[in-house]
Amino acid sequence: MLIDSESRLSFEKSTPGRRGAALPKKKLLTKGASELVPHSLRRQNAAELPELTEPEVVRHFVNLSKKNFSIDTHFYPLGSCSMKYNPKVNEWAAGLDSFALVHPLQPEETIQGWLRIYNELEQDLKEITGMDRFTLQPAAGAQGELCGMMIVRAYHSSRGDHSRRRVLVPDSSHGTNPATAALLGYEVVQIKSNARGRVDLEELRRNLDHRTACLMLTNPNTLGLFEEEILEITQLVHKAGALLYYDGANFNALLGIARPGDMGFDIVHLNLHKTFSTPHGGGGPGSGPVGVKEKLVPFLPLPLVEKVKDRYAFKGNGPQSIGRLKAFHGQSGMILRAYVYIRTLGLSGLKQVSEDAILNANYLKERLKEFFPVAVDEPCMHEFVLSAKPAVPKGLHAIDVGKRLLDFGFHAPTVHFPLVVPEALMIEPTETESKETLDRFADALIQIRHEIDTNPDVVKNAPHSLPIRRPDEVLAARNPILTYQDFCESNQNPSVGAQLIAPEYKGAINRAPTIL
Amino acid sequence: MHYHPLTAEDRRAMLETIGVGRFEDLLAGIPQKLKTRGLSLPEATSELELRRALEEIGRENRSTKNALSFLGGGSYEHFIPAALPQLLSRNEFYTAYTPYQPEASQGTLQTIFEYQSLISELTGMAVSNASHYDGATSLAEAGLLALRHTGRRKLLVSRATHPHYRQVLRTYVESADFTVEEIGFDKEGRFQREEFESLLTDEVGGVVFQTPNFFGVVENLEKVAELVHRKGALLILAANPMSLGVLRPPGEWGADMATGEGQPLGVPLGFGGPYLGYFAVTKELVRKIPGRLAGMTIDGEGRRAFVLTLQAREQHIRRERASSNICTNEALLALAACIYLTLLGKEGIREVGELNLDRANYLREEIAKLKGFRVAREAPIFNEFVVFSEKPFAEIEKKLIPQGILPGIDPSSFYPELKNAFIVCATETKSKEDLDRFAKALKEI
Repeated sequence: MLIDSESRLSFEKSTPGRRGAALPKKKLLTKGASELVPHSLRRQNAAELPELTEPEVVRHFVNLSKKNFSIDTHFYPLGSCSMKYNPKVNEWAAGLDSFALVHPLQPEETIQGWLRIYNELEQDLKEITGMDRFTLQPAAGAQGELCGMMIVRAYHSSRGDHSRRRVLVPDSSHGTNPATAALLGYEVVQIKSNARGRVDLEELRRNLDHRTACLMLTNPNTLGLFEEEILEITQLVHKAGALLYYDGANFNALLGIARPGDMGFDIVHLNLHKTFSTPHGGGGPGSGPVGVKEKLVPFLPLPLVEKVKDRYAFKGNGPQSIGRLKAFHGQSGMILRAYVYIRTLGLSGLKQVSEDAILNANYLKERLKEFFPVAVDEPCMHEFVLSAKPAVPKGLHAIDVGKRLLDFGFHAPTVHFPLVVPEALMIEPTETESKETLDRFADALIQIRHEIDTNPDVVKNAPHSLPIRRPDEVLAARNPILTYQDFCESNQNPSVGAQLIAPEYKGAINRAPTIL
Repeated sequence: MHYHPLTAEDRRAMLETIGVGRFEDLLAGIPQKLKTRGLSLPEATSELELRRALEEIGRENRSTKNALSFLGGGSYEHFIPAALPQLLSRNEFYTAYTPYQPEASQGTLQTIFEYQSLISELTGMAVSNASHYDGATSLAEAGLLALRHTGRRKLLVSRATHPHYRQVLRTYVESADFTVEEIGFDKEGRFQREEFESLLTDEVGGVVFQTPNFFGVVENLEKVAELVHRKGALLILAANPMSLGVLRPPGEWGADMATGEGQPLGVPLGFGGPYLGYFAVTKELVRKIPGRLAGMTIDGEGRRAFVLTLQAREQHIRRERASSNICTNEALLALAACIYLTLLGKEGIREVGELNLDRANYLREEIAKLKGFRVAREAPIFNEFVVFSEKPFAEIEKKLIPQGILPGIDPSSFYPELKNAFIVCATETKSKEDLDRFAKALKEI
């Protein structure tokens, strides 16, 4: 069967006349929409949304949820993503009426509680990172990067220094780094890593000059390695008149252990949804606060929150500010959750986060390295990278190993990244996993290693236990069906639609509302 | 720490497996002088104490639970069916990661696909992406797309567009070395047609209007798309999705891109975020749309499957050649909007739009009757409108807040010419008693 009832869309379950919500009937005016809005400004054809009762809607979405892996159901060792447990007290706090039902444009005297949260989280992040000031406005890590690089640009141009058109990134960097720099018109120069997976100082020296605006660095880097020569690096970059940007994706390794501010970074972005436990939500919302050193404070986006005596107030930034990055103040719900997390853990708990994250990563690496070669065999920080190279002679790749892991009830690691390691399997266990879970995971990977030699087909064709297997991504891109409307159209076109629609299902599709 | 499972015995055994004597040996690569000593942070708080403290801090906020709020301006109080937060709190949804492994994420992927379908249908556009950070950033990304697509350097934006959106648009567009010019509005709060036509030159790559605009006015965009397209530019409309059950959608106005704030669709006020920006385009622009897209395909056994698609545009593949640096959407908020629209359905979305029209127009008529207040009445409104007062707004606020009424938004910091004016919003959440109480309180000032 090509489509079973489980993969039907809400649109395909629709029956005319059904409804899933009851709204007030009573109108206050005798005039209706047709008198309140001229005909030409009104919608002429009804929006054909699905028509289902509340129980149908509930069953639809609950059944869909069951087709997901999640951190509350599965171990999720995704490198550089810090898939840690999302504490429930955070959710409790964000759901409080006194926080959730507050409008962002209310007068300051009616939002003192929220402003206090903003202010105190900023103080905490300053202390944890060693930076002088934070904006909590950026909506995600990538927007934090954009904010940071806008500050870089504004800083250099405020000094009349317009020759700095280059941004340096290591070849192991996250894809967002070069993408962000390029978005602002910078030329991106890739710095090769040395044999130990770190920034090659010689290579860096060669590329640093009066044209360099910034070096973007992740520390520990995407190989999970601490940049041991970080002080030399920051010194070199500063001597060349450029700035240093810290990509905080891997900050989960350093809580209470080392601070980017002390290393010499000028700008830092953090991911509250990684290090500070706010849920990933299936791909957002995130939150990407940006911290800077004193000399860059005037460039921060507006507004900031200040404490004046015992009251909190918004303060617009001056004329050098890069401006506004999103409507209102920030991802408030995420900011509150991160605040609760920091208060729950306290100083010792935060330090324990990084220590256990590092210990878990090193332990797993040790258990696995004889089965899959480790990219750089040294003590790692919170993550490490293995290579699935031993699978290649059998026609298998890192992605196949990842898919096979799904059958064991583990999410795949980050695969084929960083690009500097062939067949990379990037593994970040986080601190909230037990030794038993790590052992089960290691056992699974070891078994897969064995299967590669003895039964490669079982790996090649994995996963075997999930609702679908190896969807055709080429077909999806060549012939994009991005909406139900597209689907109905392709249904008219036998060459495409026929592949997607089971003959036994044709009847049901014809019963669905026509929206073409 | 109750989130951290390793016991002392575990740690000892693990260090032994690793082959180091002490945990500190694993940190040998960190220069000694960089090691943090003694941060100034409080120690752990128990859940019981923390919850008490948070409730205390919460009391320093005024919520719509203990105030009658007439604030809108891009963040709206709407009815949220009880089923919605329950579904949204399914652990499998909110604690999942980005759906990079389709086999393990069909739930999230199908809901994104349904969200894209619902937004396309509502806006009358061909394709929607999986959502953006918020209404302001989706508008800014649309502006950039228009300029890159046309190869031109200037955007026109109506000054009646939300001030924060215009600020964000400037931040994005100017940082890419493009320029923005603004179109003024008339005394009813509608964009100035003559000014728009005179500013629309061959340099312009995109034109932005919001409807209903910041003043609540439903713009008449007759012939606008035609004029914009004749000049070779693209039309971007920012529409409140909540209005589109009754108001003419961007697609029917001939827009090339529709963007806006999705918060009205089932997301609580939440002090301004997280929200979601919707972003929908014509067929022609589909391969240029920034952000994530879910698509339908089949798997090896011919089963229907959903995947992230057209990823060749994205940063993790293309690095510095990507069309945007975006690597998330607002998946959980898009799910909220998806559930909301599915619950409301075809009839519900029209009815809720009509209720908003009804409540706002009723309140406008009641305030128009009051001495000392004036409202513009010619232009149609959706759920908010401008009130001009003889008294300064600060004085009105000062009198009404102690009575538990938040009377509206002061636009004067963004529009100095709108002195003693305030913007009032009334959605379906307001009963006749609520609206009459507000009018009475204004009368007694």
